[in-house]
Amino acid sequence: MKLARSLVLIEIEEDSLLAGAKAVEQAFSAAIEEQGLAQEIRVAETGNLGIIGRGVVVVIYPEGTTYVGVTEADVPEIVSEHLLKGRPVKRLQACLAPCRDREKKGLGLTREQPRIVLKNCGIIDPESLEEAIAVGAYEAVERVLTEGISPAGVIDEVIQSGLRGRGGAGFPTGKKWSFTAPGEEKYLVCNADEGEPGTCKDRLILEGDPHRLIEGMLLAGYAIGAKKGYIYIRGEYTLPIGRMTRAIEQARANDLLGDHILGSDISFDIEIKKGAGAYVCGEETALIESIEGKRGYPRLKPPYPGQMGLRGKPTVVNNVETLANVAPIILNGADWFRSFGTKTCPGTKVYTILGHAANPGLIEVEMGTSLREIVYEYGGGIRNGKDFKAALIGGAAGAFVDEAGLDVAMDYDNLRDYSAVLGSGAILVLDEDASIVELLQGILHFFAHESCGQCATCRSGTDRLVDILSRFCSDAGTEKDLDLLLRVSKLMQEASFCPLGQSPVIPIESALRAFKQEFLDYKPVLTHS
Amino acid sequence: MLNEEVHVNEVLKKYPSATREDLLDILHDIQESDPHHYLSDAALSDVAAHLGMDLADIKGTASFYSMFSFSPRGKHVIRICDSPPCQLLGATTILQKLIDVLGIAVGETTSDGLFTLETASCLGVCGVAPAMMIDQETYGNLTPTRIAEIIEQIRREDEAS
Repeated sequence: MKLARSLVLIEIEEDSLLAGAKAVEQAFSAAIEEQGLAQEIRVAETGNLGIIGRGVVVVIYPEGTTYVGVTEADVPEIVSEHLLKGRPVKRLQACLAPCRDREKKGLGLTREQPRIVLKNCGIIDPESLEEAIAVGAYEAVERVLTEGISPAGVIDEVIQSGLRGRGGAGFPTGKKWSFTAPGEEKYLVCNADEGEPGTCKDRLILEGDPHRLIEGMLLAGYAIGAKKGYIYIRGEYTLPIGRMTRAIEQARANDLLGDHILGSDISFDIEIKKGAGAYVCGEETALIESIEGKRGYPRLKPPYPGQMGLRGKPTVVNNVETLANVAPIILNGADWFRSFGTKTCPGTKVYTILGHAANPGLIEVEMGTSLREIVYEYGGGIRNGKDFKAALIGGAAGAFVDEAGLDVAMDYDNLRDYSAVLGSGAILVLDEDASIVELLQGILHFFAHESCGQCATCRSGTDRLVDILSRFCSDAGTEKDLDLLLRVSKLMQEASFCPLGQSPVIPIESALRAFKQEFLDYKPVLTHS
Repeated sequence: MLNEEVHVNEVLKKYPSATREDLLDILHDIQESDPHHYLSDAALSDVAAHLGMDLADIKGTASFYSMFSFSPRGKHVIRICDSPPCQLLGATTILQKLIDVLGIAVGETTSDGLFTLETASCLGVCGVAPAMMIDQETYGNLTPTRIAEIIEQIRREDEAS
């Protein structure tokens, strides 16, 4: 790679593409050429920079200056002022005085974040293997090979690290690996079927640092003795599918995937499988059925996939974010990982802050960070100067947390006490004017639509829930209906076949706990933001 | 239709020793290359023969997945997100505007065959809610005014081409 005096990084991901990122990129190249700076300044693409909903985001290194809402028309000014004269264009800078740390790091949000999973997102060009390697990709694999760490050694390190699954329930990852039944043929499956409404963290990892995931899968495959891995990605995720496909090809071409990786005895390859629009396929056994080309019906457990998974063989299914943590753990050790987060939930968590937050965005913070910090310090509080009403944590299968819960230190255990789930990392912030009734109605419609129909409890139950709540929308609901709503959802929790039917109780119970009166007072009118 | 046979055969040629596990990929490819963005009975029969599976089995599997369509759709397929994050930021108004501008209900196709309107669960671009996809392109931060502009622009581009 040729050395450049400055580097202009343009965020190319779904959100910024909408805002015209490609045109801005071309304008930069043209303007730099015009100023005769082409030899000195490099323009490159990168993944998500942690800022959402602020248009085209551009970072200029080595200063790490972040510009937001950049349009084609702004480019000549940035080039002539910043790149030629070294004077940042203040009106476009992401945020000024309070953000020293951010500027140092080149990040967009208001507080410095400990980044493990997203360390390279927004720093490297995700389409370049060289750049990934320059920031340490595949060093953990190298360590395993040169130090001769055994598969059991890798599993042990991950157990010691206390890493827990970042997909939902938070099951200890190393233990899951160690429970895999012995066998000649085993599989590793990466669950990238991110369907929980309000969640896009996995998409941003796939888009921003695809080699991080490949390395994590390689290590996980080695640990459990699998030679083949699958990434099951939502069919809607066009850009991530393209980026992952490219990264896999690069890894194969460089001996990092395939037979005898880097001349060793290790063989491992990865194939991408595209989903086709079914929320239930986020459940691991339904996902396996889907990879096998069948309807995505969840299987009866046990046997768990570790005993009998894909094609009846022992299979480990891990979430994208979980696997993205593996390489840093192997490289830096369990003790290092344990220096982040809480005792029972070490490490960090990636969240997407959405809804009425002033600065919606993607953040990575230590486990145990309170909702208050997340909403106010990272999310910038509530937009338009309004008051906080509640946050829906965890997507449709998530819980409403009101002001009383703002100081809960968010990790798996504490949230479980609050009967909330951390899982998907979606934090939907609601301001004082948001209607819990309408939102819950949307959630229940979602479940009714996505119920796979395999078990009657969920198939009929989700419809019943919609019916009952709709009474409030025609102004006929009573307190008895609310009791019925809760009773039906609790029955579904007991009797449904898979987590989909077991989940509606979570938003229902939490909404009624904090906002029961709102349902009784509800007057059916459409509210808009 | 001869035209249809061609694109189905083209896709199947890419999967010479296909098994059931390739089914979803094959269906995606056929639907994407079909001018009406759907899986016709004829296409599904060809897939069944190619994979040595029953047609009923193929249909049963395909119909499980919401991204597949079994009736012809317009040249452009609009999928508007109706999940909670979009709903919170006004997706209901946006959908109503689309219904008004296009003059069709959800699930219908305009009489000129240009647009089909569908709702979708979370498109994964919640950062720019409310959002929709038209074909492979995502549109975010939608307002009623922008809806009218976007539809108008696509209409103009189509007339020009």
